[in-house]
Amino acid sequence: MDKNSLKKDLIVFAAVVIFYALVQVFIQTGIIGPYYSLNLILMCINIMLAVSLNLINGFLGQFSIGHAGLMSVGAYTSAILTYYYDLPLVVALIVGALAACLAGLVVAIPTLRLKGDYLGIATLGFGEIIRVVFLTNETVGGAKGFFGIPKLTTWTWAFFLMVLTIIVIKNFIDSSYGRSCIAIREDEIAAEAMGINTTKYKILAFTIGAFFAGAAGALYAHNFYTIQPEQFNFMKSFDIMTMVVLGGQGSITGSIIGAIAVTVLNAALSSLAAMRMVFYSLLLIIMMLFRPQGLFGTTEFTLDQVLGRRGRLGKSAGNKASV
Amino acid sequence: MQQFLQQMVNGLSLGSIYALIALGYTMVYGIIRLINFAHGDIYMLGAFAGFFAISAFHLSFIPSLIISMAICALAGMLIKRVAYKPLRTAPRISMLITAIGVSLFLENGGLMVFSPSIRTFPTVFPVKTFSFFGGLVKLTVKDIVVLTVMIVMLILLQYLVYRTKIGKAMRAVSFDKDAASLMGVDVDTTISYTFAIGSALAAVAGVLVGIYYNSVWPLMGIMPGLKAFIAAVLGGIGIIPGAVLGGLLIGVTETLVAGYGNSLYRDGVAFAILIIVLLLRPSGLLGKNQREKV
Repeated sequence: MDKNSLKKDLIVFAAVVIFYALVQVFIQTGIIGPYYSLNLILMCINIMLAVSLNLINGFLGQFSIGHAGLMSVGAYTSAILTYYYDLPLVVALIVGALAACLAGLVVAIPTLRLKGDYLGIATLGFGEIIRVVFLTNETVGGAKGFFGIPKLTTWTWAFFLMVLTIIVIKNFIDSSYGRSCIAIREDEIAAEAMGINTTKYKILAFTIGAFFAGAAGALYAHNFYTIQPEQFNFMKSFDIMTMVVLGGQGSITGSIIGAIAVTVLNAALSSLAAMRMVFYSLLLIIMMLFRPQGLFGTTEFTLDQVLGRRGRLGKSAGNKASV
Repeated sequence: MQQFLQQMVNGLSLGSIYALIALGYTMVYGIIRLINFAHGDIYMLGAFAGFFAISAFHLSFIPSLIISMAICALAGMLIKRVAYKPLRTAPRISMLITAIGVSLFLENGGLMVFSPSIRTFPTVFPVKTFSFFGGLVKLTVKDIVVLTVMIVMLILLQYLVYRTKIGKAMRAVSFDKDAASLMGVDVDTTISYTFAIGSALAAVAGVLVGIYYNSVWPLMGIMPGLKAFIAAVLGGIGIIPGAVLGGLLIGVTETLVAGYGNSLYRDGVAFAILIIVLLLRPSGLLGKNQREKV
């Protein structure tokens, strides 16, 4: 850690805090109305989902389309804790995320032996099974949905959890663990030959992704008073995947931009439901045909680029971009 | 006993529909290793084509079926040409994401064009029940139509794949694309034919499901599409008899679960089967014995 990077971290930290404080003040004073603050929170949740899925799809290179299922585990677990046991949000969040983590582990251990599209279908299958479990469980409302969840998610919670997600995943990727994951993505057989325990790293990355998906789910549940199993079907997984693909698989900055873009589009086009999805699907197809690597590819937006210097990938680049 | 046999009959009818969709999955996967997610939506298109042919143009069953098959065959070839062909050399994940994109496009395009309401499929066949074995098994005309059409299609497909030049080309391409191309097989055209045939079979399933359950709507293809894919994996993907076996097994299991257990578990069962199969026998039930792939 040289002096220069410390300075950069401080700049990013200051920018994050200032951005948070500004929005918080705007919300408090009512300049940002309830509709917009709701969408800002949703944006943070979507960024968490996209970045955590990107860890699995983009950096580990394993095709998972069951992210909404893991999210729903976090959502339902935390909702049960706050609704039936009156626990504070922080406990519900941690337990929800850990439950999703555990579910991720259960999904990962058998399915990660599979490759490519088979893995995709298996994760989709698990996601659907999780949905059916909630659908048939009457204590959580069954098909009607879980009503009366206290609204505990605030801008502060959503924003700082999002920042935490980005920092943890960014640091994970920059660590030797993350490098091993990228090696697995590039060539699994070669990675194994270099002595990387591929199963271990796959499971590790998958459970970390699941953890943050669960945390995002917990925030989501406490933002809308109610959750339904249908909200977490594979269409939701595709939604998250769109964000990741749009931004670029293997770029955290890309996922953040993708999540912001999708949230804004969702809000702007909410009055024309089917039209919006047609637009998404065309976007997805055109993206794959003409720019399969996504907007950012595997590159990151860093502070060095802003300052006109070329250097190592900024440690906190992701934070900066979200601001 | 009587209830069990009746559930079996219903299961076989449902399974025949899954089997017809699964055939398209298995053929496309066999030839270009792509899970064609849009296949379930082709089936939806087929159901709507049949619906309009019967209700708007007042055609009878066979002409409607043929029109629906033709429309879906064209749609399948068009999708292959526009969305998949440019990605032939791209990573398989790109093609898979494109397939999901095409699927979403057809579903939501369907919602826009056909409106989200559920439409009632006109009654084509007389509502009549035949009893067999002294009333133990009751077959409706619909059951008989579904099973007969499935068997006829299967015979036609077997003939096409094993007795015609196109079928030979398809088998050659699925076995080794480069070698087939060196032997003078037009790989691209062959893939187009595979899409066309698979889509036509999905159209048959669509029309049959309209007749069997009397309703069509734009999102009807999602679940049957996924389940038919599971059927294809269960039987051994790339293997034609496997797709039929898988389809029938999924159909029967699902009907039995819905009949004796909780109908809400219906959707979960197929996925549970999928995961068990992938873990225990990833090559599918018929995966080892049969090596011929189309």
